[in-house]
Amino acid sequence: MTTEKTTVHKLRRVYVWEKPVRLYHWLNAFVIIVLIATGFYIANPLAIQSGQEPSQRFVMGWVRLIHFIAAYVFFFNFLFRIYWGFAGNKYSNWKQFVPTSKKFFKEMWHVFKMDILMLRGKEHMSVGHNAMAGLIYFFTFIAFLVQCLTGFGLYASMSTSWWFPKMFAWVPYMFGGDIFLRQVHHWTMWFFILFAVVHVYLVFYHDYVEGRGEMSSMGGGWKFIEEDVFKHNKELPNAPKS
Amino acid sequence: MKNEAVQQNPTYLEEFKRKGYSRKDFLKFCTLMAAYLGLENSSVGQVVRAMSSKPRLPVIWLHFQECTCCSESFIRSSHPIVADVLLDQISLDYTETLMAASGFQAEEAMKNTMTKYKGEYILCVEGSVPTAADGVYCMIGGKTSLQILEEAAEGAKAIIAWGSCASNGCVQAARPNPTSATPIHKLVKGKPVIKVPGCPPIGEVMAGVIVHVVTFGRLPELDGLGRPKAFYSKRVHDTCYRRPYYDAGLYVESFDDDNAKKGYCLYKVGCKGPSTYNACAVTKWNNGTSFPIQSGHGCFGCSEENYWDNGRIYERASAFPGFGIESTADTVGKVALGVTAGALAAHAIMTNVRKKKLIRNLEKEGKESEHELKG
Ligand code: SF4
Ligand code: SF4
Repeated sequence: MTTEKTTVHKLRRVYVWEKPVRLYHWLNAFVIIVLIATGFYIANPLAIQSGQEPSQRFVMGWVRLIHFIAAYVFFFNFLFRIYWGFAGNKYSNWKQFVPTSKKFFKEMWHVFKMDILMLRGKEHMSVGHNAMAGLIYFFTFIAFLVQCLTGFGLYASMSTSWWFPKMFAWVPYMFGGDIFLRQVHHWTMWFFILFAVVHVYLVFYHDYVEGRGEMSSMGGGWKFIEEDVFKHNKELPNAPKS
Repeated sequence: MKNEAVQQNPTYLEEFKRKGYSRKDFLKFCTLMAAYLGLENSSVGQVVRAMSSKPRLPVIWLHFQECTCCSESFIRSSHPIVADVLLDQISLDYTETLMAASGFQAEEAMKNTMTKYKGEYILCVEGSVPTAADGVYCMIGGKTSLQILEEAAEGAKAIIAWGSCASNGCVQAARPNPTSATPIHKLVKGKPVIKVPGCPPIGEVMAGVIVHVVTFGRLPELDGLGRPKAFYSKRVHDTCYRRPYYDAGLYVESFDDDNAKKGYCLYKVGCKGPSTYNACAVTKWNNGTSFPIQSGHGCFGCSEENYWDNGRIYERASAFPGFGIESTADTVGKVALGVTAGALAAHAIMTNVRKKKLIRNLEKEGKESEHELKG
């Protein structure tokens, strides 16, 4: 038996995800689950048998109402996140998501080699998102936008309430009408489902190979970063200069 | 400047009288039209005044790639005056289907109208224009549809695109569109085009559009797709009498089931009412007798752009582009989900193989720390 001791890391607590980011994240997760579930029902309602008088029932009505309320929450939550991309700390900054430098692409390539091709070499460890994840989140924001536009675009003509949904009345005209628009809305939903599956897997993965508390970070906001990262205090590859 | 020739035309009222209609019939007609146009009661007077003082508008009605269902619908609109008077007396100076003249005589009539009423006549177009193979797919009197359209459009005051063919191409523009059937608004530049889509459009709607132009001397208010708002701003679904069943979650599952007999909502057997903007559920068809949903069949979406390619008739879901006609977004999505799950499983296995050392070190470090702690 070898008595060789492994290097025991000293970890320091880093506040990565601020409270607004965490609230945004879980509200978003909840609302997306609601939207997908109600969305599937609206697209293809179940055949429910019931002895109730039709006038007593409002199943589709309620499901749609929930879908619309969730959509409003989703939209304003999304707006808030954009705002926080300018107001929050460096890990939530918009530059984490938008490739603005060569460094961003270099880091992406590195992540690709290490985490996807599984080549051997220096592991990539980032504190916030890595560049690859950042770019994928950028795509999710675009999907958010598409879903808000198509969704409220469909909603605009049936809403008689206030001015807000009417702002989206032009959207169906871009798509030549509601039939196609609603299909785009439905297809984009599948992106959310696929994203969620990969996202949850990667959180497990990072926790597993890095051991820095990736999973719990969206709860308390903390990650645990090795002391030597602080010693070298290298500038993070894609951190905005401050 | 008003064209002199138009001013000399008799008014609509004069024409009505000449045709033998009483003033009562005339007022009835005006009231009906005002109602279809969604005007207030007080505006009926405006319609009456316009119809009795304004000289009738010259109209040229062209037919290209179409089945004449729009004309059929028009002459069957509920009030007899619509068919009789508007059609005869609106001065349909040229329409291949309904005019008596033919051949050179007919072409002459069109040319006369075009020069005599330059800048004043309304051009109605039924059908799409095939542009493939230099337009040989639809030629009349030795000219291609495009040539005829361009000549007629030049001196037109406004253009009305009747029906889905002229508005968005309809069936002949469905993939692969072998004749390059093209809707009117894509060919005429610099002229207002009113789209009155539908296969066919409702006769009353067609009459209403013309009456609007006559009464107010300008085009009706149009939506973003160029359709008159008075008739195309509501979805069939919003005015459908089966809507309570939709909201209740009660649907026809197949055409021969009990739910169909009960008159439940046709959503699940492909009704496109929720995406279709038209007045069917309000105005109905054939003198207000019925409309498709009332007779137990879902809405086709006939007044929507690309309705042939965009959806299946008896299903809500449509084919996902590029994946064959049997696959819907959901089947593609499920396959993608399976592939993703497989890829992630492979990745998880590879992680354990390729990053064995890393993971083992983390475990070792963790275990050592665990041993150091007293229980
Ligand atoms: S039958 Fe069609 S238009 Fe009528 S409520 Fe059902 S889905 Fe809507
Ligand atoms: S119910 Fe639908 S398919 Fe039928 S005529 Fe009206 S718009 Fe066209």
